[in-house]
Amino acid sequence: MSARTPAGRLGRAALWAVTLAVLLFLVAPIAAIVPLSFSAGSFLHYPLPGLSLRWYREFFESAFWFDSVINSLIIGAGATALATTLGTLAALGLWLARFPGRGLVLAVLIAPMVVPSVVVAVGLLFAYAPVGLANTYAGMILAHTALASPFVVVTVSATLAGFDRTLLRAAAASGAGPARAFRRIVLPLIAPGVTAGALFAFAISLDEVVVALFLAGPGQRTLPRQMFAGLNEHLSLAIAAAATLLIALSILLMATVWWLRSRSDRLAGAADRV
Amino acid sequence: MSAPIVRFLGVEKSYDGVTPVVRHLDLDIARGEFLTLLGPSGSGKTTTLMMLAGFEVPTAGRIEVEGRDVSRLPPHRRGIGVVFQSYALFPHMSVAENVGFPLEVRGMARAERSARVARALEMVRLGGFGERRPAQLSGGQQQRVALARALVFEPSLVLMDEPLGALDKQLRAEMQLEIRHLHEQLGVTVVYVTHDQEEALTLSDRIAVFHHGAVQQLDAPAQLYERPANAFVARFIGENNRLAGTVSEIDSEDGMVKVALAGGRSLWAMRGDCGTAGARAVVSVRPERIALAPGPAADLSEDAIPARVVETIYLGDHVRVRLALEGGAEVMAKRPIAAADPRLVAGAEAAVAWQPEHAIAFAPEPGD
Ligand SMILES: Nc1ncnc2c1ncn2[C@@H]1O[C@H](COP(=O)(O)OP(=O)(O)OP(=O)(O)O)[C@@H](O)[C@H]1O
Ligand SMILES: [Mg+2]
Repeated sequence: MSARTPAGRLGRAALWAVTLAVLLFLVAPIAAIVPLSFSAGSFLHYPLPGLSLRWYREFFESAFWFDSVINSLIIGAGATALATTLGTLAALGLWLARFPGRGLVLAVLIAPMVVPSVVVAVGLLFAYAPVGLANTYAGMILAHTALASPFVVVTVSATLAGFDRTLLRAAAASGAGPARAFRRIVLPLIAPGVTAGALFAFAISLDEVVVALFLAGPGQRTLPRQMFAGLNEHLSLAIAAAATLLIALSILLMATVWWLRSRSDRLAGAADRV
Repeated sequence: MSAPIVRFLGVEKSYDGVTPVVRHLDLDIARGEFLTLLGPSGSGKTTTLMMLAGFEVPTAGRIEVEGRDVSRLPPHRRGIGVVFQSYALFPHMSVAENVGFPLEVRGMARAERSARVARALEMVRLGGFGERRPAQLSGGQQQRVALARALVFEPSLVLMDEPLGALDKQLRAEMQLEIRHLHEQLGVTVVYVTHDQEEALTLSDRIAVFHHGAVQQLDAPAQLYERPANAFVARFIGENNRLAGTVSEIDSEDGMVKVALAGGRSLWAMRGDCGTAGARAVVSVRPERIALAPGPAADLSEDAIPARVVETIYLGDHVRVRLALEGGAEVMAKRPIAAADPRLVAGAEAAVAWQPEHAIAFAPEPGD
């Protein structure tokens, strides 16, 4: 109706313009950095003198970048394994138990999600240095575990919310102890949530830079941390290649999470008919 | 009688420590028996069943299975089959995997397992459905799978909590017969929960009527119907007419009492749980036990009560006649269609009578 009046048409046009502007603002950094990584020249500006993969070659051939990728993978894998295990168990415990102070425990568990990362980083540095965990892989893995676990707790809890508790009783009535019931009944049914949590955890670790700045020694520098260093010490367009690779990996992780979620929604839909 | 398979000894349960949900339950269940816990919503049936299964812990008292105190035994060690109202099939497993799960848990070899699963599915008339997913079955079929899963490991005791509650009327009747046949065939002890009295009467050897967390009466279906122990049971099982009055005389030898009805008339009735002379009482009479005839009362019998027909309701196989008695009380009478009298139309003069042994005097329920 209102779209037919001139004023209504104007309003719709304005809405579209604002929407486009916001979207542009959001993707601009990505849109700017990705083409640069394919530049044949060596300066961070447009227009590109030509296209080449030279910065990717430099990225993979220099120890400066390549070691940081390996570090990111080691720390990411370790943190993901730990955060997924602990986060899943925590979510399960909170789901099963009815005790006073449950809300408080949940709040503490997801605190790292809301506390500013620089605060966490400073705290971790003070806590880890005396026990020799600063400048170690173990320290970085533990720190990233703390940061990533809340995401696992949240995604697994969301999956458990739709889980029919009677299935646990049915498992017990069939003679299955808690461990077997978890392995054969609970885990297969919440697997999409656990996998999504794991991907989230990996993505968190992969993107994390503040804690790495404080806690990682030269031997544990992760890719984002190295980009930070690269800006000052080593300015080359390889940093654009690094950024593009990070972006690609993050998109892949999030797409997988999205795919898992739509799949588990379909499964839940099928289970509703039971 | 051989030793009971299940004993509840002074079992009590409260979820919040204040409101009693089950009050001092003493109940022996015989081996091979089909016992039904029947009662209105919230009367504590599920709670009782879940304490036996091990999913709830009694607040006081003790539960014995096969002579052994199971209070400290977790549910997965009790070896009791359970069928849930919501079926509770594992959605990620096939029908055969669902039924085979209790055997898998018990470490049975694959070959024997699939033979046993096939037999169990055959037993519930689902042979050939093994590869399906639960979501691909109808409600009745899913409940059959749940039955097979609860029976496949040959437990001596199976608990069922309103297993047919989610099915439509026709399917319920069909499944009731199947459950009955399975019980006869397997000789397994069944503890069954329902709030449907017809279902309880159809299936059970004995019925425990629950109300406010206490067993009101534990008896065979016919006993329960013919000799209810109190006004609640009489009201809950089948229909009944209730006439308020006061106990005027007690004949303890014959177990009869004389009740002065509110309308002024006195009549004899079996002694239920009513008090002694002077106590208020409710006389209960089943509609099918009321004899009625058109015309003045004296024509029916000497102590017939004069009445007037309020309405008649035609129900195909029988007719219901609502009558206003002399003194104001109303009763409902039920006649088979072959014995219906066409003269009993609304407004007609009539007379009603019944045998004293078909009337029972109870203490009024709280709120009566
Ligand atoms: N887990 C629980 N926590 C607290 N109260 C409960 C719980 N389960 C049942 N109750 C309460 O205990 C009482 C008895 O419940 P129960 O489920 O045993 O009744 P029921 O006889 O099975 O009823 P229905 O026919 O509705 O299934 C109810 O008042 C109910 O609200
Ligand atoms: Mg119930």
